[in-house]
Amino acid sequence: MTQAPRLLPETKTGWAALAVGAIALALMPLFASPYHVELGTTALIAALLALSLQLLVGVTGLVSLGHGAFYGLAAYIVYFLSPEGSPQPIWLTLPIAMLVAGLAAALVGLFALRTKGFFFLMVTLAFGQMIFFVFHDTKIGGGTDGAYLAKPIISAFGMTLDLPRRQRPIGTYYVALTQLIITYLALAWLLRTLFGRVLEGIRVNEHRMQALGHNTQRAKLIAFSLAGALAGAAGHMWAMHRGFVNPEIIGWHKSAEALLMILLGGLGALHGPIIGALAYTGLTEVAGLMTERKLLVEGLVILLAVIVLPKGLSGIRLFSLAKPSGNPHDPLGDTDPSQREVKIDND
Amino acid sequence: MTNSPSTALLQTTNLSRRFGGLTAVNNVSLILEPNELHAVIGPNGAGKSTLVNLLSGELLPSSGTITLTGQNVTRVPVHRRVHQGIARSFQRTNVFKEMTVLENVRLAAQAAFAPAGGLFQSSARARDLVDRAHAALKRAGLPWAASHIAGTMSHGAQRQLEIAMTLASEPKVLLLDEPLAGMGQEEADRMAALLKSLATDHALLLIEHDMDFVFKVADHMTVLVEGTVLATGKPADVRNNQAVQHAYLGGHA
Repeated sequence: MTQAPRLLPETKTGWAALAVGAIALALMPLFASPYHVELGTTALIAALLALSLQLLVGVTGLVSLGHGAFYGLAAYIVYFLSPEGSPQPIWLTLPIAMLVAGLAAALVGLFALRTKGFFFLMVTLAFGQMIFFVFHDTKIGGGTDGAYLAKPIISAFGMTLDLPRRQRPIGTYYVALTQLIITYLALAWLLRTLFGRVLEGIRVNEHRMQALGHNTQRAKLIAFSLAGALAGAAGHMWAMHRGFVNPEIIGWHKSAEALLMILLGGLGALHGPIIGALAYTGLTEVAGLMTERKLLVEGLVILLAVIVLPKGLSGIRLFSLAKPSGNPHDPLGDTDPSQREVKIDND
Repeated sequence: MTNSPSTALLQTTNLSRRFGGLTAVNNVSLILEPNELHAVIGPNGAGKSTLVNLLSGELLPSSGTITLTGQNVTRVPVHRRVHQGIARSFQRTNVFKEMTVLENVRLAAQAAFAPAGGLFQSSARARDLVDRAHAALKRAGLPWAASHIAGTMSHGAQRQLEIAMTLASEPKVLLLDEPLAGMGQEEADRMAALLKSLATDHALLLIEHDMDFVFKVADHMTVLVEGTVLATGKPADVRNNQAVQHAYLGGHA
């Protein structure tokens, strides 16, 4: 046996807690008002974006401020493909949006990944802002005003899923939730592959990985492109949810927000950004209802949360059981999970 | 330096590396034969670590060439040099502290032996990599440690892990930067025995400060002073070399 990926639940109980969380999210629209269903969709899309960024930040150790650009770019791709009045099927818009976002990320990564640390942060910021200004300063996609688009439709075998107007937000919600679950499972699988181990090694010590013979540059480029494509899926979902694009969704704030969600939810768990995104969206909503100084309240709460919970919300353990530690000279030489505490994920 | 190059495994010719005005490695020509334990000694700042970094590919030389079994590898990047048979360890223990010992070595094996199924297969199913990792651990004397978290082991065991990681790629040449650094006597003896056994089927080039150890185990040694080779030869010859005695060994000889 080899070591289990650090970012995944270590126990069956942990996985069960995640499943309960997913079921709770799936049941939510049955009890919530249409307004809150829409809010839930917004939170799920934020979670998709933050989760895609976690592949860079929590998995590979790359902190990027250009991630929002791939998200926004994908939303604009939906607008180009499916402008107001001529909706296209999701089977067309989603792959193309992801492909373009992924290719853009590959191109940016080719240059940005030559740098490290602070410089990487700045170069990704610069590239992201370049993409932002393409849409902000030109008439492409409606300029600063933005543009309406036709929401992609779900059709198969000549049948189109056509919900009555009142239920449409619920339909969108479930599309977003399905995407989120698939993305989580896909990344969980990725972490278990040999490639996932390379990314983990790069996060811990890239120089050592090179000395061991790993082509870390190539691995980082693959991860960066993949994360870009997944951000594209989130951006596509945003276009499908709002039916409107404007340059705002490309700006660096989007990246910073996603980073905050990761920090809030926890760097050390793959599901951290999901919890972070849900909490952040909820916080924004509550702060907006309670006060006019929304950003101030938000900032204080997040600051406090990060100080009190260095591992983020996902680091909260309902209880922990100390198991007896294994034989220090275990001749079988298998991974000994009992060296770590048993955890229940708070989801 | 007059050895016939035909049997050389690793050879440098007039290798130099300058950092601005400083010449850290100056015109170094040395030959590493198969199954040889070749020690490079020299005072601090003599350019020993720079030499290892040049050989491993982490630094590129300002001039000169490096050949491995006759092939020019002077400008081959680090990760590909590993594939050609050069592996290195570090002076300061440089293991993945939060991972298990097995995972450390498995990552090393994975770098050299990418499995046929590609990188996108479950790491648990890549059984041969795990087997290779276990074999390397056994060779390095750490079969009992596979499940330990690397950072929790003693310093000596972590140094052994460094060796196991270099072995996992099944290299021809091992470059070891002060393998005995910071070890107690007992740990150092164990490491010396390990290195001696590795020299039966690898070429080892190692940097070491411990003179007793070097004179005891080395087949060949090179004395580096200010980046230049002061003397090279069998330990006994080097020990009697006037220039070496004058410049470096002092009380030791």
